[in-house]
Amino acid sequence: MEKQTYNNAVVRWIDDRLPIFSFMDHEYNQFPMPKNLNYWWNFGALATVVLVAMIVTGIVLAMHYTPHTSMAFDSVEHIMRDVNYGWLIRYIHANGASMFFIVVYIHIFRGLYYGSYKAPRELLWMIGVVILLLMMATAFMGYVLPWGQMSFWGAKVITNLFSAIPLVGESVVEWLWGGYTVDNATLNRFYSLHYLLPFVIVGVVVLHIAALHVTGSNNPDGIDMKGPQDSVPFNPYFTAKDSVGLGVFLLIWAAFVFYAPDYLGHPENYIEANPLVTPPHIVPEWYFLPFYAILRAITFDVWFIEAKLMGVLLMFASILVLFILPWLDTSKVRSCRYRPIYKWFFWVLLIDCVVLGWVGANKPEGMFPLIGLIGTGYYFFHFLILLPILGKIETPLPLPTSISESVTRRSGAPAGATAATGGNA
Amino acid sequence: MKKALILGLVACSLMAAPVQAAEDAEAPKSVDWSFDGIFGHYDRASLQRGMQVYKEVCAACHGMRLLAYRNLMDLGYSEAQVKAFASQYEVQNEDPNDEGEMFNRPALPSDRFVSPFPNEQAARASNGGALPPDLSLIVKARAGGADYIYSVLSGYAEAPKDLKKPDTLHYNPYFPGQLIAMPPPLTEGAVEYADGTKATVDQLSYDVTNFLTWASSPKLEAQKSTGFKVVLFLLVFTGLLIAVKKKVWSAVH
Repeated sequence: MEKQTYNNAVVRWIDDRLPIFSFMDHEYNQFPMPKNLNYWWNFGALATVVLVAMIVTGIVLAMHYTPHTSMAFDSVEHIMRDVNYGWLIRYIHANGASMFFIVVYIHIFRGLYYGSYKAPRELLWMIGVVILLLMMATAFMGYVLPWGQMSFWGAKVITNLFSAIPLVGESVVEWLWGGYTVDNATLNRFYSLHYLLPFVIVGVVVLHIAALHVTGSNNPDGIDMKGPQDSVPFNPYFTAKDSVGLGVFLLIWAAFVFYAPDYLGHPENYIEANPLVTPPHIVPEWYFLPFYAILRAITFDVWFIEAKLMGVLLMFASILVLFILPWLDTSKVRSCRYRPIYKWFFWVLLIDCVVLGWVGANKPEGMFPLIGLIGTGYYFFHFLILLPILGKIETPLPLPTSISESVTRRSGAPAGATAATGGNA
Repeated sequence: MKKALILGLVACSLMAAPVQAAEDAEAPKSVDWSFDGIFGHYDRASLQRGMQVYKEVCAACHGMRLLAYRNLMDLGYSEAQVKAFASQYEVQNEDPNDEGEMFNRPALPSDRFVSPFPNEQAARASNGGALPPDLSLIVKARAGGADYIYSVLSGYAEAPKDLKKPDTLHYNPYFPGQLIAMPPPLTEGAVEYADGTKATVDQLSYDVTNFLTWASSPKLEAQKSTGFKVVLFLLVFTGLLIAVKKKVWSAVH
């Protein structure tokens, strides 16, 4: 890293011993970003903001919450009724979970559309999948803490999945519960882990960003930066652009917090957990619905594998398949802009995920099991069969020779201007 | 394309909605509540009437254990009125007296509402096996919220002729399953309102639903008025950020 010289003596003294100022200058202030990034590149920064907000509100909530089966539900209501601005903190946190998943899902589909997982960013992508898994575990355990009916029965259904594992399944479930049912021991460990995992996420996010700073950001054209004419420094350009996205995002978040705070939740969770009364329809939070549909997709035994175990395996496989995505997609072209066939299948996959979410939200009756099965089949078909074949048979459109050429072409400037802009930079 | 993506994600976020509609009950009546909308607020007169309905009718079977008597000051009662109200009820003191014996005393404003039954078994024994739910959170805990509560309270009807119904259950088209253990709780004139409002079943249902909504969401007014300021600030702030972004990028584009 090249050293800066600073005028301020204190800054210089610190920087000579621990170059945090040089580091920030290099990795943030001057960090070269492709200048053609669109607003879909806001969502990584947005996810970071949500993570920090969740940790801050979560720490405050933990000061007033009691992780005991006989007091948890009432302590949440104590936060809502008696703690100063407790309602605000809790609504920010509860809706923040949904906002986090919306932002991260968009971030992931952005990566899918523009091929951000391809070489040299495979590890960056895989670390991202680890973050997704950690988020899901954290969100699941957090939803148990208010100890409402959906908290309890959701925990029961999901932990029970592990009983599908042959031979050791029952023991694993008892080990997870810390007893013979979801009870106080379960609530306590979920609380402990729900407090721990966000900090693990922070650690993995640091790795995610470190890996990003090795390869640099992908961009909508999916071609590499070839020189300074293709890039702008992060600050002020992306400080400004990310801030716009942040403003819009906070507006949406605030709209939920203040005007529809319980819209994304389930009324059943305002009833205290009761192990003797099963809710008529147990559903997870909306962000787990597609996975819930995959879990329930298999209603028949496959050879020697029981239907239940098959569902569990597929649910985990639906995320694990993302780890090998960089090698499943055989196309050398990153961006969908230049992949005339894959472009359409991207949208089909997105629709498939929405349909799976719809199936997950409904009782497995009537046409839903069949739609769920087809949707699940298509999900795996997309990744395991379509992507490897498509890369071989698709003829990509000609790529622009450089990012700066693409920028001027898109903004409608005459082609001749490209060279001039490049020359001036 | 972008629009389709946004629509898709919005659709995804709406997924939870269809689940919450009860399949075999009539859709709740749609009421124009004062607490709806961006500037939503509670109608204090209706809250006070609703509390009277709760106290004189509902409280015979339903508790509201999450409310404290002091919370009633939100309805516009003075401290003295709340003290007088609380002292009508008797609670067991938390600590024993000097002889080590537990004793009862009149409730204080800091005490939570006294429930009509000491435990679930006693409640069931007095109600033909059915458990009258605690009402502290009832509006939040039911799909359809205030509209649903109002519809159930005001929606009792003659059972259809062909419906086989046990004598202990009552026909109510708005209740999931349409058979409800609670007998019609509100009748015309069940309560004599201090302010002279005519106590029709609709009026009683409306007032007590207002009261129950306040009990479920006591901070709703602060929530909506803070929200208005926050959103207004964010709109201006985002406008500024857009202007700054345009200026910063003007040399590049």
